Amino acid sequence: MKKSNTLKRLTEKFPNSIIETHSFRSDDTAVVKKNDIMEIFTFLRDDPDLLYNFMMDLTAVDYMGDESRFEVVYHLYSLKFNTRIRIKAKVAESECSIDSITSLWASANWFEREVYDLYGIHFNGHPDLRRILMYEDFKGHPLRKDYPIRKRQPLIGPIN
Amino acid sequence: MGIIDKIQTITRQAIHEPKEEDPSKLLGDSIILTQLESVVDWARKYSLFLYPFATACCAMEFMSLGGPKYDLDRFGAALPRFTPRQADLLLVVGTISHKQAPILVKIYNQMTEPKWVMAFGICAVSGGFYDNYATVQGIDTLIPVDVYIPGCPPRPEMVIDGLIKLQEKIAKEKWTDWPKGAAPVVAKS
Repeated sequence: MKKSNTLKRLTEKFPNSIIETHSFRSDDTAVVKKNDIMEIFTFLRDDPDLLYNFMMDLTAVDYMGDESRFEVVYHLYSLKFNTRIRIKAKVAESECSIDSITSLWASANWFEREVYDLYGIHFNGHPDLRRILMYEDFKGHPLRKDYPIRKRQPLIGPIN
Repeated sequence: MGIIDKIQTITRQAIHEPKEEDPSKLLGDSIILTQLESVVDWARKYSLFLYPFATACCAMEFMSLGGPKYDLDRFGAALPRFTPRQADLLLVVGTISHKQAPILVKIYNQMTEPKWVMAFGICAVSGGFYDNYATVQGIDTLIPVDVYIPGCPPRPEMVIDGLIKLQEKIAKEKWTDWPKGAAPVVAKS
């Protein structure tokens, strides 16, 4: 399949950071090394031919049992060129952290708090990394695959 | 004779020339004998002031219930009060998460007695299909509930049926049933 312009530019610019790319049904995706995401995102946002200036979504996936357990997924959109790209960064359980992109997009703040709350992935340099959906007393991270499905820890009232 | 003269004549006759009548018929049908308790219950059941604790999609059904087609006003439960101090029927309309549970208990405790609680929709009744880490498995684990209305969401007819059942319950209440006190669950901070 023909490589899209964005993916071509990206692999030329960061040959050592890109682990894999694919473009299934023109859905551009790049799997990158987590230590280089700041340079990659700055490039994608500011390059005059790309201008991915809108951070649409930030989430994570738990691939329990895989070598690097988590994957943080970013969805970017270029308001100027009407193009989208998905960036995935693998995060191992042993060093469960990744750089925060709040300095590039302020809107990433609450998304990163959500991922931290539900998956327990730390975002280095986040200005206010607290739980956002669950309460402070909550133990664990409920969207991890090893969170017991029947585990209940109500804030008040009986366990039911 | 003018109309004013006619009225004056009738009034004069009524005051100065009263017709003799059986004293037992003096008050006619204007008196009904009953118990104060049942009169108060009767007044309460037809003047419910709602507090809609609406958290989820069931609130749409609640809106249709208040609209002209189903018109809860016909049963005397028309006015939603958006402060618990002025409400006596707490409608818990929708899913309650554990994070929200202390707020619900606080709202319940702020309501003045007598007060009643309706669990509106299956999420409020039992947690519904949200059998997960985030959801309270039925609000009766937190506060006392008078009427349970299942459904996802319940039809307005079901809510009206539930309201009528609540009215029947209120009609049977005794003075000694109140006050019931604060919710059994103690909210942290």
